[in-house]
Amino acid sequence: MARLKFLCDADRCIECNACVTACKNEHEVPWGINRRRVVTINDGKPGERSVSMACMHCTDAPCAAVCPVDCFLTTADGVVLHSKDLCIGCGYCFYACPFGAPQYPKVSNFGTRGKMDKCTYCAGGPDGLDTAAEYAKYGSNRLAEGKLPLCAEMCSTKSLLAGDGDIIAQIYKERVVKRGYGSGAWGWKTAYKDTVAI
Amino acid sequence: MPASRPVWTNLAAALAVLFGLWFAGPAMAQQVNPTTSAVQEQQLLKQLRTVEGRVSIPDTKSGVLIQPGGDWRALHDGTLAWVTSIAVLGMLALLLLFYTVRGRIMIDAGLSGLKILRFNSFERLVHWITALCFMVLAISGLNVSFGRYLLMPLIGADAFAALSHYGKLAHNFLAFPFMVGLVLMLLIWIVDNIPNRVDVAWFKAGGGLLGKGHPPAGKFNGGQKMIFWSVIIGGGLLSVSGLLLLFPFWGTGIADMQLAQVIHALISAGLIAVMLAHIYIGSIGMEGAFDAMGSGEVDLNWAREHHSLWVEEEKARGRTPQVPPNAVAAE
Repeated sequence: MARLKFLCDADRCIECNACVTACKNEHEVPWGINRRRVVTINDGKPGERSVSMACMHCTDAPCAAVCPVDCFLTTADGVVLHSKDLCIGCGYCFYACPFGAPQYPKVSNFGTRGKMDKCTYCAGGPDGLDTAAEYAKYGSNRLAEGKLPLCAEMCSTKSLLAGDGDIIAQIYKERVVKRGYGSGAWGWKTAYKDTVAI
Repeated sequence: MPASRPVWTNLAAALAVLFGLWFAGPAMAQQVNPTTSAVQEQQLLKQLRTVEGRVSIPDTKSGVLIQPGGDWRALHDGTLAWVTSIAVLGMLALLLLFYTVRGRIMIDAGLSGLKILRFNSFERLVHWITALCFMVLAISGLNVSFGRYLLMPLIGADAFAALSHYGKLAHNFLAFPFMVGLVLMLLIWIVDNIPNRVDVAWFKAGGGLLGKGHPPAGKFNGGQKMIFWSVIIGGGLLSVSGLLLLFPFWGTGIADMQLAQVIHALISAGLIAVMLAHIYIGSIGMEGAFDAMGSGEVDLNWAREHHSLWVEEEKARGRTPQVPPNAVAAE
């Protein structure tokens, strides 16, 4: 079994935000919710880097650990999914997540959160059903069609890599060796307790 | 563009830049080293604990790329769960021990049949609104903390999620009448709850709980004053931390909300323990005590034993104990 991961090669990211747009379009993500975003660090200064970030599908995911209704599920491929039927919108996963991945639609008065929404690694819902209701809740299931997450597949500079962790780490490693520099696999240490050793 | 600036200064500046580039160009091309100038994740995390940048989507708070979360998770899964368990179960064990050793505290002189008004209907209304809200808040809060381990295996994931959903709604909405109750309790009872010398003597004498006899006390004894201030201060802190959690990102960030949650959980654990003791002594723990918040009228002998100074004050004010009109003539 593969261990599916994301890796953003920040030295290649040109902050075009196409991954953000593709994600929103593919899954028809509602207004105000972004499953993926591009963050530019040291914007306008020397050494500026942009990183595309979404749910990293952590090993021993903190969101799953703190969820009061235990609505998370880690698939055999290491994808972290959650059930919107069980989620009560308490916000605990958002306090625990190091990457700000969980998003909540504002549903009623005060700051009351609706059911949490986050990147599914284009793997649909936890029940693996192919229905319109499932699509409305979780978006499309590209993984079932043998396709990788759309954000990574259509990345124009191939900065954002998705796939088996060992393979994308190898690709990144070869790039760093060839070009002679690399700002690191962002978020890997936090998410997977692992870095790509060059 | 600054309109006041003459055209020739702009031209001169542009020429200067061009010349500069022409001279420095070849040298700079050799010096540029993307590795040395690039931001490094580990370095940023070490310096700031969070990595933050700019996003071009409207949700500006999503500019936080990586933030601390591990500490809160460890607190949530470990310390908070332990503290709450020990506070709640420890207090229940303590009360059980107290009941076995001391038993129900009876009225030494027996019931007199004469009643004296202790809490009027408004005081009782405020008490019960706050009390009922607190009970629902406490149970729904404990459900969020422990329901996953205690209740979910019994009733199944779907039923538990539905229950927790309504629990969350109740928790969010009942917080407001609870806070109103807190303010009203503060206003109506603060005068009688200012600590004084009588309380020191009351505590020294064991408060009538541990030693023999009944030390004198006013309308509220030292123990009740402690309950009052626990509710006011604890409830106040719960209100502030709860409001911060109820309105995410209203002047707070993730780290602030994590802190608010930890404070909310710790204070709740303490206040639930205090309230368990309060409920015990106000019901099964003491004969005649429940009447104070039940009918509002307590037996004169109970009042004399537990609140001797208050009875004297009431008598001085001309409020004499009476036989309740609905009392059955006996003896």
